[in-house]
Amino acid sequence: MASRSHTRWRFRQPSVIPGFGLALGVTLTWLVLIVLIPISGLFWRSSGLGWSNFIALAFDERTLNALAISFGTATIAAIVNLVFGVVLAWVLVRYRFPGKRVIDAMVDLPFALPTAVAGIALTTLYAPNGWIGSLLDPLGIKIAFTPAGIVVALVFVGLPFVVRTVQPVMEEIDREVEEAAATLGANRFQTITRVLLPGLLPAGLTGFALAFARGVGEYGSVIFIAGNLPYVSEIAPLLIVIRLEEFNYPAATAIAAVMLILSFTMLLVINMIQAWSRRRYGYGS
Amino acid sequence: MEVRVQNIRKAFGRFPALDDVSLDIRSGELIALLGPSGSGKTTLLRLIAGLESPTEGTIFFGDEDASKKSVQQRNIGFVFQHYALFRHMTVLDNISFGLKVRPARRRPPVAEIRRRALDLIDLVQLSGLEKRYPAQLSGGQRQRVALARAMAVEPNVLLLDEPFGALDAQVRKELRKWLREIHDRTGHTTVFVTHDQEEALELADRVVVMSKGAIEQVGTPDEIYDHPVSPFVYRFIGQSSGLNVTLASGEIRFEDRPIGLRDANEADGPATLYFRPHDVELVDGCGGCLAGLVTGSRRVAGTRHLELNLGSAHPSVEIELPPERASSVDQSRIAFRPTKWKLYRRKEDLTAPPLQAQTSAIELAPTGT
Amino acid sequence: MAHDISSASAAAPPSLVDAATSESRLARAVLTAVALGFVALFLLLPLTTVFIEAFRKGAGEFLAALADPETFSAIILTLTVAGIAVPLNLAFGVAAAWAIAKFEFKGKAFLTTLIDLPFSVSPVISGLVFVLLFGANSALGPLLQSYGLQILFAVPGLVLATVFVTFPFVARELIPLMQEQGTSDEEAALSLGATGWQTFWHVTLPNIKWGLLYGVLLCNARAMGEFGAVSVVSGHIRGQTNTMPLQVEILYNEYNFVAAFAVAALLALLALVTLVLKTALELRYSDEIAASRRH
Repeated sequence: MASRSHTRWRFRQPSVIPGFGLALGVTLTWLVLIVLIPISGLFWRSSGLGWSNFIALAFDERTLNALAISFGTATIAAIVNLVFGVVLAWVLVRYRFPGKRVIDAMVDLPFALPTAVAGIALTTLYAPNGWIGSLLDPLGIKIAFTPAGIVVALVFVGLPFVVRTVQPVMEEIDREVEEAAATLGANRFQTITRVLLPGLLPAGLTGFALAFARGVGEYGSVIFIAGNLPYVSEIAPLLIVIRLEEFNYPAATAIAAVMLILSFTMLLVINMIQAWSRRRYGYGS
Repeated sequence: MEVRVQNIRKAFGRFPALDDVSLDIRSGELIALLGPSGSGKTTLLRLIAGLESPTEGTIFFGDEDASKKSVQQRNIGFVFQHYALFRHMTVLDNISFGLKVRPARRRPPVAEIRRRALDLIDLVQLSGLEKRYPAQLSGGQRQRVALARAMAVEPNVLLLDEPFGALDAQVRKELRKWLREIHDRTGHTTVFVTHDQEEALELADRVVVMSKGAIEQVGTPDEIYDHPVSPFVYRFIGQSSGLNVTLASGEIRFEDRPIGLRDANEADGPATLYFRPHDVELVDGCGGCLAGLVTGSRRVAGTRHLELNLGSAHPSVEIELPPERASSVDQSRIAFRPTKWKLYRRKEDLTAPPLQAQTSAIELAPTGT
Repeated sequence: MAHDISSASAAAPPSLVDAATSESRLARAVLTAVALGFVALFLLLPLTTVFIEAFRKGAGEFLAALADPETFSAIILTLTVAGIAVPLNLAFGVAAAWAIAKFEFKGKAFLTTLIDLPFSVSPVISGLVFVLLFGANSALGPLLQSYGLQILFAVPGLVLATVFVTFPFVARELIPLMQEQGTSDEEAALSLGATGWQTFWHVTLPNIKWGLLYGVLLCNARAMGEFGAVSVVSGHIRGQTNTMPLQVEILYNEYNFVAAFAVAALLALLALVTLVLKTALELRYSDEIAASRRH
């Protein structure tokens, strides 16, 4: 009998600490009420549309364009953030310069600044009569009210994701590894490209994916600068809002379902990158 | 390749890590830098590697002044205490790295690089593991990869920083023997840093004992153990006891009584007598001896260690006896006399001008009977 | 050797040795310039613009814009919504962290992933799910309305959407921190005869207070600044369901730029205060925070 109770399946390990029932109860209730029921509601409503109806709504031409613009601009912005985010993190981790602490703190600005504020500020800057827009206008470059404007806004909101995932990994780089590369004859460029950057790959990919996921769903900062021209600079979240304002709930639901599935896939990919990295290299990010 | 370190001084800020150190390392020898932490041994190793630059002094590789070369140009092999393997590379890629990063005109063909790396994997007994990542290896295996990686560039000199420091005792012993075999087979000039005297004495052709940024003694393990040139070396290597004695007309006196040892060549005055626990003989009756109360007795492997109190003003002294001798003697009081010993005097203890002004301690007597 | 190699080589003049672990002076200058230029272009310049535009016509216009009754009611509404949403998520965060960090149970990793879920949902969709749940053609909405309970286009809807988007903040800061601290402190307190609540108040809470504050700070910044989710459920009724970010949008679309940027400046000020407090917390309690920042 004793051995049976020993191997019995247990929901939780025994502990002397009280409050498990209460804490888990509150957590689950809150989670179910606030997150799970509303999200399942969305999937339930979209399944109520019927398959052919859903396909027709989700893959109508304007929707497909909006999705393509959202994913395309988010990809470009995430690439820009990956490159400059890694450089910025490196400079913050390795170099000393006056005002470094302030710059480091500023990196989190996009987390703290409301997106609408960022949106109108970027629009004012990049509009043809703005500080930056007026410099680019004579060169024939237009940023605001074009897809390029969307990229600018998404670079702003995505920047901290790359910097903050890569930075802690850079801080933990063992100096001995760089010295080892040098003793083996590698010059600094070879050490960086062959030893340091590949080691940062998992963290970089994670930051890229986070910035990308955020960019795809971003709304507040984009709608001001985008121009919102259907088929050209209309992002998917905006199209959801437009359909809602038309009381076209089925269309809004279908677009939202497609976006949610894609975001959850991204989440899965991020988790897989980290699991793969931990398994192979013995460290995650 | 022969390595000559000449009058090297290295300061970190105002802290002098090395002060006027010179050392000749012969081609093909396995040499140990031994000392307590803070003695400057790792700094010396890193200076030879080119990972630090000396404040003053030069380092020659053969006839070439290596001080003017960067670490990349010196062509050395360095094994780090914590291995510093590239964790996103397989074992094979780690070992090939040094050859792959050579400029195109000096780089062997791809197939040749692979062959040489596989040969080294074979040499360090890791065949079959070439596709593994460092995270998938044990500590001892990682250390072997680190060594193979360092040897792949055919270095002028192989430098190892506490190579076994992070391993557990059993693996340490095995790797120590194995490193000696590898050295005998490949013949690289090898310098390794250790704070473990057993490791240094067992493994090295010659041992460099360092203390406080200076070299105390350089010699074979036998010379270091049997003829320490300073009280520091006597204390640091093996076990020893030091007693404050006085010299009067060539006779060594402890607590104003003669102990049966003489040194006719030495001037009168205070001195310190050093001897090792196993270099003693028991004497019957005490016409001239050291005598003390047994305050502790421990069995250590094949011998018995007795702790003796020679008087409250002196530190206790430890002697080693065969177990059967130890049990046959009077348990409470023991009379003995060192058979091998050395006298050291501080400069200010000497009334007459010292014979060798530069050294802090002077060996006076030949070893006893 | 115990000497600190990195600080030693940093202090030394440039030499052959520096080539081993750092870039050439030129490369360093270029990289620093690129990084700082990027920060200036994408972070500093937009922030500065907000304040410059807000004060373009002087402080008088700025203050007049804020004194507008509709703007004033937006400020009150934002404070109300955050004032309800943040404490709710604070309570939830502590409960979730207690269950997840102090106990081992099946499905823990999955539960943690579910808590993070709102972070990967577009804000617009976060609002949409509540429109679908409580809207005119849902089952719940008309039912609640028949009892006189208005959810959408009213404060409850704004609170729900805000709670949804700020759901993970507090829990996510606390879980790693409390996991790192383990359970031995609590076990010691319990063995000395403390009750569960006493243990929590006198042992656990003092250990996590800075992490808790950090989480609340981030949660609050997002709650006050949320735009997309709130925009969908608000109905944009001026003076009634417009929060500050929505007021910014309306004023901006009416070409009332000074007023739009005046409200934006208030929000930017909130962001700056958040950043300053966050940095101060990190500096002073870096160890504790560092543990909780590993996501």
